[in-house]
Amino acid sequence: MPRKFRQAYWDEPLLKELGRPGRLGMLAPSDPKVLRRFNDPSSLVPASMRRTSLALPELSELQVLRHFNRLSQMNFSVELGMYPLGSCTMKYNPKVSEMIAGSDGMKHAHPLQPPETVQGLLSILYELERSLSEIAGMSRFSLSTAAGAQGEFAGVLMIRKYLGQHGGADRDEILVPDSAHGTNPASAAMAGFKVVKVPSDATGQVRASSVKELASEKTAGMMFTVPNTLGLFESEVVEVCDAVHRAGGLMYYDGANMNALLGKVRPGDMGFDIVHLNLHKTFATPHGGGGPGAGPVGVTRKLAKYLPVPVVSSKKGKYFLDYGLKDSIGPLKGFVGNSAILLRAYVYIRLLGSAGLSNVSSLAVLAANYLWKSLDPEAFPVSHAKDLRRKHEAVVSVSGDLPGGAMTVAKAILDYGMHAPTVYFPLIVSEALMIEPTESEPLEMLDEYAEAMNTIYASMKAGALGPVPKNTSVGKVDEVKASHPMTLRVHW
Amino acid sequence: MPKASPRHPLLPNLDEKLVSEMLAKVGATSVEELFSDIPKGVRLKRSLRVPDGSSEYLVRRDVQTRLASNRTPPGSLCFLGGGVWPHYIPAVVESIMSRNEFYTAYTPYQAEVSQGMLQALFEYQSLMCDLLGMEACNSSMYDWASAAGEAVRMAARVTGRKKALVGANVSPRRRAVIQTYVDPMGVELETVRFDRSTGALDSSDLRRRVSGEVACLYLENPNYFGVIEDEAEDLSALVASAGGLTVVGVDPISLSLVREPGSYGADVVVGEGQPLGIPMNYGGPHLGIFAVKDMKLARSMPGRLIGMTTPVADPTQRAFAMVLQAREQHIRRESATSNVCTNQSLMAVAAASYLSLLGKEGFRRLGETVIANSHYAAAKLSKVNGVRSPHFSGSFFKEFAVSYSSARASSVHRRMAKLGVLAGYPAERSLGLGAEAGLYCVTEVHTLADIDRLVSALEASI
Repeated sequence: MPRKFRQAYWDEPLLKELGRPGRLGMLAPSDPKVLRRFNDPSSLVPASMRRTSLALPELSELQVLRHFNRLSQMNFSVELGMYPLGSCTMKYNPKVSEMIAGSDGMKHAHPLQPPETVQGLLSILYELERSLSEIAGMSRFSLSTAAGAQGEFAGVLMIRKYLGQHGGADRDEILVPDSAHGTNPASAAMAGFKVVKVPSDATGQVRASSVKELASEKTAGMMFTVPNTLGLFESEVVEVCDAVHRAGGLMYYDGANMNALLGKVRPGDMGFDIVHLNLHKTFATPHGGGGPGAGPVGVTRKLAKYLPVPVVSSKKGKYFLDYGLKDSIGPLKGFVGNSAILLRAYVYIRLLGSAGLSNVSSLAVLAANYLWKSLDPEAFPVSHAKDLRRKHEAVVSVSGDLPGGAMTVAKAILDYGMHAPTVYFPLIVSEALMIEPTESEPLEMLDEYAEAMNTIYASMKAGALGPVPKNTSVGKVDEVKASHPMTLRVHW
Repeated sequence: MPKASPRHPLLPNLDEKLVSEMLAKVGATSVEELFSDIPKGVRLKRSLRVPDGSSEYLVRRDVQTRLASNRTPPGSLCFLGGGVWPHYIPAVVESIMSRNEFYTAYTPYQAEVSQGMLQALFEYQSLMCDLLGMEACNSSMYDWASAAGEAVRMAARVTGRKKALVGANVSPRRRAVIQTYVDPMGVELETVRFDRSTGALDSSDLRRRVSGEVACLYLENPNYFGVIEDEAEDLSALVASAGGLTVVGVDPISLSLVREPGSYGADVVVGEGQPLGIPMNYGGPHLGIFAVKDMKLARSMPGRLIGMTTPVADPTQRAFAMVLQAREQHIRRESATSNVCTNQSLMAVAAASYLSLLGKEGFRRLGETVIANSHYAAAKLSKVNGVRSPHFSGSFFKEFAVSYSSARASSVHRRMAKLGVLAGYPAERSLGLGAEAGLYCVTEVHTLADIDRLVSALEASI
């Protein structure tokens, strides 16, 4: 029997529609002895620059709390149910990491305080950097980049700078497979490169022969995701790296899918020069409803001096933020990085250790293959490489020409109290559903998910599904109307 | 005793029996077989050299002990600013931040189960638009510096021009990040001088530099010295007259008392949302603010945007969804306005709850306390021998520069830290102050006794 699920709906007004003049939910601390010295403190602002009106809500403490608590009840999360959003690695985020991140020594540490006053945290960041370098087979990481896409931007900027100093200033093309995440071509373009699309073959993989054909004296490098977005290990990855290197380019490893490979194979050993890791994916830091994450970027020895500053260094047993890399591409963030996220990733590595991390990938891969094989193959065929094992995720299509296709399956599964897979990605698969269960889900949950999907397909085929979703806070949202907004705010 | 089979709280299927059951369904004989497509020559044949796995208790004990050795509030006092500021975080904001429904979700791709996050982000956009006097605000960037970098890129893109003017009195860190962001576009940064006595931008120098080649002026208000740019309206008019954009970087707390940038000609506003209920966190996660003055610019801006719509079946009901996604990387790929994907959404929810808690009255009172405390502290510090406080004559809000007649700023900074007072970050040489100076920040968290302790620490360290 499918689970009966009903998401909360509060018909919650906007903040602007709540409250009464004069009410407030927080009184800032203030000392009357200081305030008394200034007749009207706002007169300390020059008259020409003084604010004359400010429209903010006027609510009590409880009203604000209720408003946001009610909104939270209208939001699905990993702690509520299975969230197999492909490519996003929605694994469980250990609670203990949250507790530790709430320590005063983390929350109240200021990024400009002298290094000798913050050795505890710096020692943690230093050890994290060492662990990530080991896991990725790189020489050194910069922890400063705030998300995977910022790590990518740093990576392609390093390619640009390195080539500029080594007679390759006119190399202006980056190869990107057609199965890649959209951030890859976007990052390459931001760094001033032209994007050359590498076609994948009928098995969904990139062949070294196609890379050889496209690589030339214009090639600056290639961005490559392994396993790829179909969940397949790129079997010619070593030859691909070799082909790009022979052409004079550098290899960039998009670590979005690293959850499949911990302790199994390291990007550095495969031949990559630059790697970013999404700590909010593989290293279990929470996704925050869209962020924050962290996307540290690591490099081989010859590229270490180009890393974005700061990096964490140590000298005579003392740790410090090192801005002294002479050929650095520069900083990409105002301060050291998303330190409180980095801390959580460190805790995760400590909780698992070497054997645990390797088990993470074993069980994530096993879960993805198990879930795939539990789906009705007639309903959810794969378009590529039917006979190959998947790694961390599987991409299936929705069979037949059923109304709504993948999107209908996605909306229908929400009614079971489970999140949808990623839909319509990668672009090379039609009616794609990209499913990444992660190692966090118990076997029973994988069974429940597969059963729900199979049931949904059967109903769709019989024309008996009806409008979906119906158990969520609101019914199907009008995306067409939403795509022509007149405004992105409310006016007061 | 038989050897216990491995178990781990984070790995529910780590169990021989379950693994065999799963392998049977998959049609494999071992887990190893699932990795047999990795070329043997590159497989890792040893264990990863990372710390051994440990129990939750021992990890927590070790990590918390190390964090406790950091000298931070409440044990030490923090008077540092520069883009990250000590402010009080209301308990209600912390409580909302700890709601798993917000923090363990991801980008609201499935709008029907994500109305909570979508509405919260829409509220954030609306609140920020009011605070900044802007028409559209995205749902977050990484931080102020990277938002400034993206803003200058956007200005170059929409104007088709390759020069950006940057105030000499903006944060050198943010300037360096802007440089990294615009380098590949071939955009050149040109510095606009500041007035040596007031610390504010020199409008006559700007007049000399403005031309039809200028994509934008980037200024910060209050600037890195804490000084309020009282000629901001004239500066932006000057830039606009040559067809350029004005990008203003702000500390949102200052907007409790200082005019909203939209009212003095800003086209784009960026800033740091950290003081709106977000911990200092040794540099992050923070909240990059990015807002524009009209819907036309909104179509060129980076980042995620949330809009209001309705369910298909009920056009009278309200619903929220991500909008204008055709600007973004997952659709537009190499032609996207930015590569941003994961942002800082949770921090935007913190800011929305913070602003709605303080509200119209509370936010203004907060601003009054901050400006009164900082002016009180600056005056107290001026009584210390060999100290000029504030160094500049311009009006300031919560930060100010203090110069020392015969002491090195870096030594003063370190000596005070030893006394448990984190203050006086040394003003970078690139600012060209011509004096040894430290930057101070005083907010509502500082009591009279704290300020007295700051003064004695400076006396003992100078």
